[in-house]
Amino acid sequence: MAETRFFTYASPPRFYALAGKLIPWFWTAAVLLAYAGLYIGFFKAPTDATQGDAYRIIFIHVPAAWMSMVLYLVMAFWAAIGWAFNARLASMVARALAPTGAMFTFVALWSGALWGKPTWGTWWVWDARLTSELILLFLYLGYMALVNAIDDTRRADQAGALLAVIGSVNVPIIYFSVKWWNTLHQGATISATAAPKMVATMLTAMLLMTLACWAYAFAVVFTRTRAIIAERERDAKWLNGGTA
Amino acid sequence: MSWGSASEFFAMGGYGLYVWGSFGVTAVCMAADALIAVKRHRAARAQTGENS
Repeated sequence: MAETRFFTYASPPRFYALAGKLIPWFWTAAVLLAYAGLYIGFFKAPTDATQGDAYRIIFIHVPAAWMSMVLYLVMAFWAAIGWAFNARLASMVARALAPTGAMFTFVALWSGALWGKPTWGTWWVWDARLTSELILLFLYLGYMALVNAIDDTRRADQAGALLAVIGSVNVPIIYFSVKWWNTLHQGATISATAAPKMVATMLTAMLLMTLACWAYAFAVVFTRTRAIIAERERDAKWLNGGTA
Repeated sequence: MSWGSASEFFAMGGYGLYVWGSFGVTAVCMAADALIAVKRHRAARAQTGENS
């Protein structure tokens, strides 16, 4: 066994084995964190004075919205690394991130609509925050369609990387949209410079749900990366009973 | 928060449809995403003729 160096896990066989060991732990963490987050969110956090119990949608809406943005940047980052350094695994990880990112974007939009109806009186408005989040969903879907439409795998990875990197300009637009434009949407829930504008139990539940989403994302994205590795290295000896 | 009864909990102060509609659809989406990934991995492994 060769010594472990920085790029050791850039090798698909090594990553495949490591991810396989880590996935059950990420699942365990996701379930426990979600259980704790939902328990505190539904049984410890008080009813909001102005929004009643409708505000409890925040416990999935904000984590999903954060994940949708973070996963996009992570996807663009690995896609760019895969392109710039011709690193196959990085491109595979980028592809594996897209469906999970798109799913969280949809969840953010869906839960936002169900939150908007009772509090704003409308499912949807074409304001900056909502529109830019919808564009994020189309960027994910566009990336997936593009990489699947090109037969040459590495060319597809490169084309996808270009789209992902250009599209990443949308993420700061989503994040700052509530500051730059007038909108129905409330401002940032948490900021690094001000004390949180919510009681401790609400904040705890929201952060636990966010961590649960992180653990879930690792579990699913690693599973999908393993699938992509297995698909691409179908004929490799290490996958067919050889030594990995 | 203390809920008086189970029906009070499910009613969510009159916002049950919105709250459970959000969490329910989220659960379905997350389960589907995970299941699709697991199935894709299984299918890819089946092609190589060995499972793990």
